[in-house]
Amino acid sequence: MSKKIYLDYAATTPVDKEVLQEMLPYFSQNFGNAMSIHSFGQTALQAMDEARKNVADFFGCSPAEIIFTSGATESNNLSVKGVLKSYCAQKNRDFIKPHIITSLFEHHCVLDSFRAVEREGLAEVTYIRPDRNGLIKISDIEKALRANTILLSIMYVNNEIGTVQPIEKIGKLVKKINAAREENSFPLVFHTDATQAINYFDCNVSKLGVDLLSMSAHKIYGPKGVGALYIRKGTPIKKIQEGGDQEYKMRAGTHNVTGIVGLGKAIELVKKNKEKDSKKITALRDYLIEKVLKEVPKAKLNGSKIKRSPNNANFSFDSVEGEGLLLSLDINQIACSTGSACSSGALSPSHVLLSIGLRPEEAHGSLRLTIGKFTTKAEINMVVKKLKEITERLRKISGTVLKEYYSKK
Amino acid sequence: MQYSKKVLQHFTKPHNQGEMKRASGVGMVGNPVCGDLMKIYIDVKEDKKKGEYIKDIKFETLGCASAIATSSMITDLAKGKTIEEAMKITRNDVADALEGLPPIKMHCSNLADDALHEAIRDYQNKKK
Repeated sequence: MSKKIYLDYAATTPVDKEVLQEMLPYFSQNFGNAMSIHSFGQTALQAMDEARKNVADFFGCSPAEIIFTSGATESNNLSVKGVLKSYCAQKNRDFIKPHIITSLFEHHCVLDSFRAVEREGLAEVTYIRPDRNGLIKISDIEKALRANTILLSIMYVNNEIGTVQPIEKIGKLVKKINAAREENSFPLVFHTDATQAINYFDCNVSKLGVDLLSMSAHKIYGPKGVGALYIRKGTPIKKIQEGGDQEYKMRAGTHNVTGIVGLGKAIELVKKNKEKDSKKITALRDYLIEKVLKEVPKAKLNGSKIKRSPNNANFSFDSVEGEGLLLSLDINQIACSTGSACSSGALSPSHVLLSIGLRPEEAHGSLRLTIGKFTTKAEINMVVKKLKEITERLRKISGTVLKEYYSKK
Repeated sequence: MQYSKKVLQHFTKPHNQGEMKRASGVGMVGNPVCGDLMKIYIDVKEDKKKGEYIKDIKFETLGCASAIATSSMITDLAKGKTIEEAMKITRNDVADALEGLPPIKMHCSNLADDALHEAIRDYQNKKK
């Protein structure tokens, strides 16, 4: 065990050694451009085909329904903007401004894509608020739906609080809506950002009933800078980036062959070890949550305890500010993350924590600990021990200022 | 976040931290939305030569590392100073004494001068 403790697996993961081995030959040896006809190109293409097959197997779809991107941010941007573009490109039809739906606690790459198209006047948007437990209610989606709703994007697992959304149930609702729509009318397209779900949850796209699904390799012990988008055959979507004819003409730009090879291997390993890893990590997470709530005074868990990703624990500590907490932990060789604005350079704290009804100071006082396949019980014991010391010290410094502030209000 | 050594020193081992029971003046600034709340206590005494001066000063702060460091630093800067001198301490003085703050922190977490000046005004009001 290295001296440093890494509890930020939701931010990124180390590349698995097996994944790295698989990638190495594609840097300097098999360096061909997969679009080239010659043998160099064909070797690269072959490796990519294999990776695509692995990804398709994982999602239970055809390889032709997988396109490789630079990561989930790109996949999400392409999903939102590409579907809208397809809607706008319809011919011989009176243009009705479309309506699209997402949730208030999506990752910024989804949320800001929605905000961007709304600002540009391309669509009307409904933002659904999750409940206090960090869960989206189906009834809220039903209420938001309109005859001209063409896109619904709900994340599978929230990246900050780890809550799991009822994607399969939403998928069934979408199917029902589409069955009732007139033939040849624009369908309701269902997208999910599954970036945080791949490691632990069932991602069979037929079962989920999704049309589009985004993912990133670096969250699953693969390399950074590569991801994928599942596009169900027949989904109305257009490319948003001009250039070459790569990825079934959906995503221009030379293939990141080494990255794609790494993604293929990483997802194969997830498939192989999912059950075993999930069990072990869930047990560690439960141990961590229980220990923190028991041993650190005035700590509370954010987000549902039950509908929760195996790797995620998110706490708020009363009268403690997250950046100071994070920095103190870092000085003690422990890496994690916070929803405090002060750590990110933003002015307000985490939009996710605010969306589930936390007060600003609770969001500022939050700490996200995300564990992974290399986390040990000894590490968790050390983290809780340090958390106790650090929160005690910071609370001594903050005294009763918060209480006093509210008593004067 | 790139903090100077000085900021880290004051964050990990703040000076003059704690509550003051019988303070001559108290100032509190900030709000929970921004995440920073600072409270400064001063004990003002009269000196024959220099007049009214800050004999003792303490702080309590809920906030990020730079909020704690700036609070600690201002207590160092103000201690022993006359009321007049203390009123002249600016946030730039605090930042300079800390060997600089990250640009984003210059405004949001650099409120210690406000808290000090608030405490002095509180003292002056009480005196009236």
